[in-house]
Amino acid sequence: MVAEGLRKSYGTAKVLDGLDLVVPQGTVCGLLGPNGAGKTTTVGILSTLLAPDTGRAEVAGFDVVRQSAQVRHRIGLVGQHAAVDEVLSGRENLVMFGRLHHLRPAAARRRADELLEHFRLADTGGKPVKAYSGGMRRRLDLAASMVLAPPVLFLDEPTTGLDPRSRNEVWAAVRDLVGGGTTVLLTTQYLEEADQLADSISVIDTGKVVAEGTPEQLKSRIGGDRIDIVVRHADELARAAAAVARTGASEPVVDADTRQVGVQVRDRATALADVVRALDLAGVTAEDISLRRPTLDEVFLHLTGTDRATAQQDGPNTKPKGVLV
Amino acid sequence: MSILLPELPAGPLSRLRWALADGWTVTLRGLLHLRREPGTVISGLLFPVMMVLMFGYFFGGAMQVPGGGDYREFLIPGMFVMTMVFGMGESVAAVAADKNRGVTSRFRTMPMAPSAVLVGRCVTDMLHSVLGLAVLFGVGLLMGWEAHGTTAATLSAVGLLLLLRFALTWVGIYLGLLMKGPEGITMVQTLEFPVGFLTSAFVAPATMPGWLGALAEWNPLSSTVAATRELFQNPGWGGDSWIAQHATVMAVLWPLALIAVFFPLAVNRYRHLTR
Repeated sequence: MVAEGLRKSYGTAKVLDGLDLVVPQGTVCGLLGPNGAGKTTTVGILSTLLAPDTGRAEVAGFDVVRQSAQVRHRIGLVGQHAAVDEVLSGRENLVMFGRLHHLRPAAARRRADELLEHFRLADTGGKPVKAYSGGMRRRLDLAASMVLAPPVLFLDEPTTGLDPRSRNEVWAAVRDLVGGGTTVLLTTQYLEEADQLADSISVIDTGKVVAEGTPEQLKSRIGGDRIDIVVRHADELARAAAAVARTGASEPVVDADTRQVGVQVRDRATALADVVRALDLAGVTAEDISLRRPTLDEVFLHLTGTDRATAQQDGPNTKPKGVLV
Repeated sequence: MSILLPELPAGPLSRLRWALADGWTVTLRGLLHLRREPGTVISGLLFPVMMVLMFGYFFGGAMQVPGGGDYREFLIPGMFVMTMVFGMGESVAAVAADKNRGVTSRFRTMPMAPSAVLVGRCVTDMLHSVLGLAVLFGVGLLMGWEAHGTTAATLSAVGLLLLLRFALTWVGIYLGLLMKGPEGITMVQTLEFPVGFLTSAFVAPATMPGWLGALAEWNPLSSTVAATRELFQNPGWGGDSWIAQHATVMAVLWPLALIAVFFPLAVNRYRHLTR
């Protein structure tokens, strides 16, 4: 899947502003971005629903504008709503989609049963979709997008509004597919989801890609590991921060609300011991100390500019909430 | 779970075969809805029946048919037309629901004939309308209404009604594709009343204020009402304006004009939907 210089405007609003994207076959690409960054528009263009103003894109080797029929033959789309017929049963839905993919009636029925089995819907296949839970609907939706086992699958926020259990079920289904060689473009607001599923991540903001790489590469872009210290009393925060600063780590960031001091460290092997010793010397009681990798949330906020705004607010003169020592 | 990709159609003939097959699949879906939700269907069928009973028996006593004649005989052809109008609301609602739930988007990313979704909708609605007409025919007969014309005339009248419904289906599909939420649908269904009443279906336009009467006479629905009254040989209200004198021709021309406008609009809108 390749996209080059995609642009799309609605009136004066530029939704996509020269978006480039490459997704190798058989991998999962996570498309991350704040609301309105252009995620759904990108999926719309790549799945032939929308025509780009300029730029070109190929999916499964076919041009999305000039060869849209061939593209449609090889893709599945799972949009933000479960796009299935509520009145029909799960099986009837899948048979209908199979027939619309031009499977013969017997083959469509066989495929429907296979998919119901695969997505653990065999027991409820005969019930109208109205009676399904959110997770079941989503699984049926996934099944419907996979009638032809398409080589390319678009998942536009596939787990929005699902409970954690249903989310895990959907994730498992997606992993299964990828195991079978499907290429997936996934948009999501949940960074954990991208972390769990994606081989590579493209962060988009205001219609273009602002960063890309594996989740690990993105995380290392904003520095090394982190140590978070939670102190028992808020009045110990300043002392803790000063003690931590003396260990030679980066400038500590203090969050008074959670009684937490956070710091970036370079050498995870020695840093933890150094910090513990420094706190002990300063006589600070730490309730919790944790050493961790940066989360994608931190990467995301850093890259999409939300962090820049907060960092300015948190400057030494304003001190609204955090204290920068 | 590996599947052989069916071949894409190559020539115009196989494309046509795909289009027909897909149209039929979507139609079957619509028919399954009718079977699965008989309640919705029945209430849809009962609504015109209720109207006919209300107008026939509550208000009918106070109504005068210009030139004499039985009001219920006058009313029934008008109600046939109104049934076609109410049916349009169902087209709007069905199309809008699919669009807003993302079902239309899924169809549009599938290798199916683009015409199939709209054609399937149209065929379903037409079948639904035939059912509705049949029920109202039965109720009419029970109320003492009769088609006095020849069988050919009666069939022509039914043909005109279905032609009108066909035209309104495309209006409905277009409006449905425009709808962003349920509010619009309510508005369309509410507007059906003034549009339907501003015709010769219930009263003679001659009894309305001059300008309003003229509007009612030129309402495309009035032409079908007047033409079917003629064909059923039910009492009409006459009228000596040009439009009233050419009701039968206009009952063909008006729907054709609506189709000429709304069919391309609907197809274009479907192809350029943004969600």
